[in-house]
Amino acid sequence: MNFQAVKVIYKYEMLRAWKTLFQSIASPVISTSLYFVVFGSAIGSRIETVDGIPYGLFIVPGLTMLSLLTQSLNNAAFGIFFPRFTGAIYEVMSAPISHFEILLGYVGSAASKSFILGLIILTTANLFVDLHIQHPFWMLAFLILTCVSFSLFGFIIGLWASNFDKLQLIPLLVITPLVFLGGSFYSINMLPPFWQTVTLFNPVVYLISGFRWSFFGVSDVSVGLSLAMILLFLSLCIAMVSWMFKTGYRLKD
Amino acid sequence: MLMSFKLFKLLNKMNTIISIKNITKTYASGHEALKEINLEIKEGEILALLGPNGAGKTTLISIICGLVSPTGGTVKVNGFDIITDYRKTRALIGLVPQELTLPAFETVINTLNFSRGLFGKKPDKAFVEKMLTDLTLLDKKDTEIRMLSGGMKRRVLIAKALIHEPRILFLDEPTAGVDVELRKDMWNIVRRLRESGVTIILTTHYIEEAEEIADRVGVISDGVLLLVDEKQALMQKLGKKCLIIELREKISAIPASLLSYHLVLSENGSKVTYTYDTQRERTGITLLIKAMNKAGLEIKDLQTAQSSLEDIFVNLVSEKK
Repeated sequence: MNFQAVKVIYKYEMLRAWKTLFQSIASPVISTSLYFVVFGSAIGSRIETVDGIPYGLFIVPGLTMLSLLTQSLNNAAFGIFFPRFTGAIYEVMSAPISHFEILLGYVGSAASKSFILGLIILTTANLFVDLHIQHPFWMLAFLILTCVSFSLFGFIIGLWASNFDKLQLIPLLVITPLVFLGGSFYSINMLPPFWQTVTLFNPVVYLISGFRWSFFGVSDVSVGLSLAMILLFLSLCIAMVSWMFKTGYRLKD
Repeated sequence: MLMSFKLFKLLNKMNTIISIKNITKTYASGHEALKEINLEIKEGEILALLGPNGAGKTTLISIICGLVSPTGGTVKVNGFDIITDYRKTRALIGLVPQELTLPAFETVINTLNFSRGLFGKKPDKAFVEKMLTDLTLLDKKDTEIRMLSGGMKRRVLIAKALIHEPRILFLDEPTAGVDVELRKDMWNIVRRLRESGVTIILTTHYIEEAEEIADRVGVISDGVLLLVDEKQALMQKLGKKCLIIELREKISAIPASLLSYHLVLSENGSKVTYTYDTQRERTGITLLIKAMNKAGLEIKDLQTAQSSLEDIFVNLVSEKK
């Protein structure tokens, strides 16, 4: 195991976030705070409770997931895409480092950044609402699993993208709509029956539902199903990345 | 006798640091970039791979470095297979790519520490500073790479390739697009590296570069290694000159008294060509002219021509085509 290589990739990527601190941390925290002001206070004051939870509090898990998913994707995608774009990836590919170690460095750092961001957003949320976490262990488990899975997904996008436009394509056109329609701001029980069924095909529903359960003990779908779905997504991402490395997709001719 | 032969074979084997056997590469597009390349590279030598653009030079070194997967054949570095023992082989290799592929917003010192770490080496401030001093980059160590000149960036690439103390260095077109002064500077760096025991393989299409610094020269064209030879052997070919003698009167055949000079008669019989070795003590020109006079051939004009390494290279490539 080339620990030193994993360490330098991890450190390099974490320092990149530090250099772009506003973009990495401040920007998502500010936008999340704005969501709290607009949805939590302005609109939320007109909605008393959802599933017996005050609306301002109800949206905390969804808002956290919204930032977490987009940041995990962006961090990991950009982390591998940029050295590919500049050609500097030759150095990593010609070093005595295994595919797993490359993943550990890039995906590990992207997931760490998102995890830290998730904790910062929850801390920020605590300034607006009185936050209590019923199942802290499961909250952390969902947080970590989501960060890792979507960082892996971002890594796949970073390998797949052949230009900057494609890099933004999936986060903007797929992830953001899925998160908004995944019950971030509402319970899926509030939807008409037909749309409730449609929504169940949205994988983000399971993430938000499971994460919300860890806070309030209530969920749209069963916790076991949420956990199974996120583990399935993680497995699919691992299988996809393994195939990409094995075939040298966009990395090796 | 048997023992000494075995010892000779063993020493010879030990000296080979890279062994390339039947390497082929066909890209997904169907382009056959390499066709059964066989090559042995000795430890401590400077090998120049000469060839036109698209000949397969970069593909070959990319395969050895792990950047391109071969379609067939094997490559061993220091006795280890580049695929099954990639950690051992890659640890021995440093690569300077042709393009200035550097992280623009990173400082010189940070990018060197990153490169060293990738190869599993712990930070070593003293070694890194020595490297920066050797490549006259010390005063630029905290400068962002985007602020450096093209020449400085190329030095950073060399420093990155050497920072993990490799035994083999690949330089892919190291002086492509650089000015004459920097080119000579690069040659001095390469010589110093060779003195420290590093094996150097460089690709180039500058003949003078190969002449100046290489011990051996390989000519590659259209994916085929046409020739690998000691530079001195090539220089001997280079040392051969031609004396073209224009005759006042055309002849139909070389007179019997001149056959020992191996003259070549032109098609129309107006010129004879004598090839001689400039490195020999006597060229034989005086004797030839005396013998021609004696044979009754009158000389109208004389001219000489010398074949360059470039001529040899062009001939080899065109013969192949």
